[in-house]
Amino acid sequence: MKKTPDELLQIEYTPPARDWMDPHVDFEARKGTWSYPGAPKNLEYLGLPNPREWSPTDEDWKLPENWKEIVHEGFLDLLKRFRSLKVFMDCCVRCGACADKCHFFIGSGDPKNMPVLRAELLRSVYRNDFTTAGRILGRLAGGRELTPDVIKEWFYYFYQCTECRRCSVFCPYGIDTAEITMMARELLNLLGININWVVEPVANCHRTGNHLGIQPHTFKDNIEFLCEELEDVTGIHIDPPINKKGAEVLFIVPSADYFADPGIYTFMGYLLLFEQIGLDYTLSAYASEGGNFGLFLSHDTIKRLNAKMYAEAKRLGVKWILGGECGHMWRVVHQYMDTMNGPADFLEVPRSPVTGTVFDHAASTKMVHICEFTADLIHHGRLRLDPSRNAGWKVTFHDSCNPARAVGLLEEPRYILRNVVEEFFEMPENTIREQTFCCGSGAGLGNDENMEMRMRGGLPRANAVRHVHERYGVNILSCICAIDRAVLPTLMDYWVPEVRVAGVHEMVGNALVMDGEKERTTNLRGEPIPGREG
Amino acid sequence: MKAFKALVIVGVLAGVATVAAGVPAFRPVLGIWLPYAAAALFLAGMVRRVVCWGRSPVPFRIPTVCGQQRSLPFLPHQPLESPYTGWQAAARVAGEVLLFRSLFRNTRTELTRKKRLAYLPSKLLWAAALAFHASLAVIVFRHLRFFLEPVPSCVRFVERMDGLFQVLVPAVMVTDAVILLALLYLLGRRLLDLRLRYLSLPADYVPLFLLLGIVGTGIAMRYIWKVDLIAVKELAVGLATFHPAVPDGTGALFLVHLALVSVLFAYFPFSKLVHMGGVFLSPTRNLANNSRARRHVNPWNRPVDVHTYEEWEEEFRDKLVACGLLPEEE
Ligand code: SF4
Ligand code: SF4
Repeated sequence: MKKTPDELLQIEYTPPARDWMDPHVDFEARKGTWSYPGAPKNLEYLGLPNPREWSPTDEDWKLPENWKEIVHEGFLDLLKRFRSLKVFMDCCVRCGACADKCHFFIGSGDPKNMPVLRAELLRSVYRNDFTTAGRILGRLAGGRELTPDVIKEWFYYFYQCTECRRCSVFCPYGIDTAEITMMARELLNLLGININWVVEPVANCHRTGNHLGIQPHTFKDNIEFLCEELEDVTGIHIDPPINKKGAEVLFIVPSADYFADPGIYTFMGYLLLFEQIGLDYTLSAYASEGGNFGLFLSHDTIKRLNAKMYAEAKRLGVKWILGGECGHMWRVVHQYMDTMNGPADFLEVPRSPVTGTVFDHAASTKMVHICEFTADLIHHGRLRLDPSRNAGWKVTFHDSCNPARAVGLLEEPRYILRNVVEEFFEMPENTIREQTFCCGSGAGLGNDENMEMRMRGGLPRANAVRHVHERYGVNILSCICAIDRAVLPTLMDYWVPEVRVAGVHEMVGNALVMDGEKERTTNLRGEPIPGREG
Repeated sequence: MKAFKALVIVGVLAGVATVAAGVPAFRPVLGIWLPYAAAALFLAGMVRRVVCWGRSPVPFRIPTVCGQQRSLPFLPHQPLESPYTGWQAAARVAGEVLLFRSLFRNTRTELTRKKRLAYLPSKLLWAAALAFHASLAVIVFRHLRFFLEPVPSCVRFVERMDGLFQVLVPAVMVTDAVILLALLYLLGRRLLDLRLRYLSLPADYVPLFLLLGIVGTGIAMRYIWKVDLIAVKELAVGLATFHPAVPDGTGALFLVHLALVSVLFAYFPFSKLVHMGGVFLSPTRNLANNSRARRHVNPWNRPVDVHTYEEWEEEFRDKLVACGLLPEEE
């Protein structure tokens, strides 16, 4: 990133003179705030329309000849299938309550990042093409004709929304701009307009089973490598089952958890926990991805990728599914999976084999969040925890958008944290729980070329972290999301370099007292625990 | 500029009505045909709108959750923010409709000079919106006295309550004052807040000006240029009982008032005012957050192309065998 934090903080919130209805994006001048288009090979692999080489800076985006018709028909089709879209198109009163709730607006000052205007980019075309008033009065009724420039603007701003749903919390009609962004992305997709950071993971996941394109033998290698590290720290040898038929529980995590720092420490935490309680579980090399980048492309791709979970649970003959710490994964599991790929009538209602708790809130999907599972274990006193092994960490918790606003998973991770760490501090209340601020890099925007926008979008989150850092000395930001673990370190380095990032189950793994372990002198990262050195 | 366009539109409408009200031949148009046409448009338009919404299914259960889910018994569930049953979801919607709970959450984000973000409470919009809608409801209810003979006691009761703060003679209706102030505030913020002005459309000003015109003429009739209430009542009852007539004593000001009300009703279903119905149908608010407990069915659940285990195994067979995830044979 060339711009310094001080430069980035010169944010102009006064809107420009130019009427927003005139579309105009100078992609050349705005490098650093958009993502590269999907590579043709990925579109071809997935069977998506109009694969081609192109760049947003090109004058001609090589749209299909009848592009206008395609968008019109596509729009009509979406309106017929989604009541949400119709209601959200018709009901906005432009009260502006959502305007300054979006992290991208707060961080950039660009008025089209106000959720209401982001939605208006689509709504204006809707009014023009599909409403009585718009058809007769055109611009006077807020209608806007669809032109190639409008398409370019859609690309820019609908890939500048992380589908975090914060705006929806404040809207008097619950208008969810994330839903509108999803629809707009579906429309753009019909023209072959998407970004590579979304279509490549989707293509990978379709083929290998995970976003990172990790093939089964490497999957196994990675996990074995992590287990060696674990043995160094704890003295316990673990050999996690993979593709084991007849296990009680299928455990699915986001792929970053077995691939990259700091997610791997979270993964280690899961493994230690299961070892200690003797859970009969299996990982799967086929369903080796919890996350679902299909969510950032289209409803059909959500379903395509998600299908693996139930299919694998059925093939392996498990009783229920346990899911790891991942944000958008839980949006899909909680709000889409059962509807799309259920009913999961071949599974049983999840029941903790340790405490006997029946998770009846997951009676239909048969899938439980690891934080629900662990919180229940702690509540029943089934874990011996030594928070002093997390000494030195002053912890705060970042609610990831989806677990918070799609699931309502607010207290479980906090309950766990309070039991496994010594010092826990909350960020200000307007920045956590249902009002939490996005990391700024979700929904496929966490790529390098989009770095300036990521740092801008992450500003409100970073600002809140800085607050607790200065006030209480917080030095670690915990979260339950793999995208967070991948992108928050960069965000922290930029805005609050003294703060590091960890998953909740990393903290659990540190604190968990295990049978037969050696005295722990380091944490899962291999760093000495203060007060226990040597 | 956009506000000006809207002002011109409403101004022209009011002007035309004023002129027409003075021409005997046009009085039945203003007093009879326009109200009937507006009522018809309103009803047909709203029915069409709601039916149109209803025709599209709700394929997924996508509530925006604003509180702790119902999961483990020792974690306190927040039923209004994360409803688990249909009743709880209905209560959540009721909170939106009656109290504007989401709007109550509103904050104002500010970047301070020290480059820190601050989220300041900002309840004025909520207060003004609630004041406007509540006053409007009371005023509409009060107007029943023109249509019903004898005037039901509940209508008279509300009217008496409304006029309770009797400081002037005749009684100043609280709601008259409140709605006027609320409308002026809503208009003022649209004009003065640069961001809001930037995103506002002419269609955002039209209803405000119309309402101001309606409220203005209404207040003028009550307190300044009093009109013959007996004639007004005769006209209203006539309309309601489908024996319409415009009595001779009907004031021109009243006809203008009626014309503006008619325009508002006719305009309603084709504008953002349909939020009146939409607020009940918003899937992020009216659904229970229980999608893991109870399966939500999508009527068009589209078949998609998936990568099956068998295809996957075939593609990676060599590697699976080499790393021991598949037995050697075959
Ligand atoms: S809060 Fe809702 S109604 Fe108000 S401007 Fe935003 S989307 Fe529109
Ligand atoms: S969903 Fe999030 S990123 Fe998108 S407009 Fe709303 S607040 Fe902004």
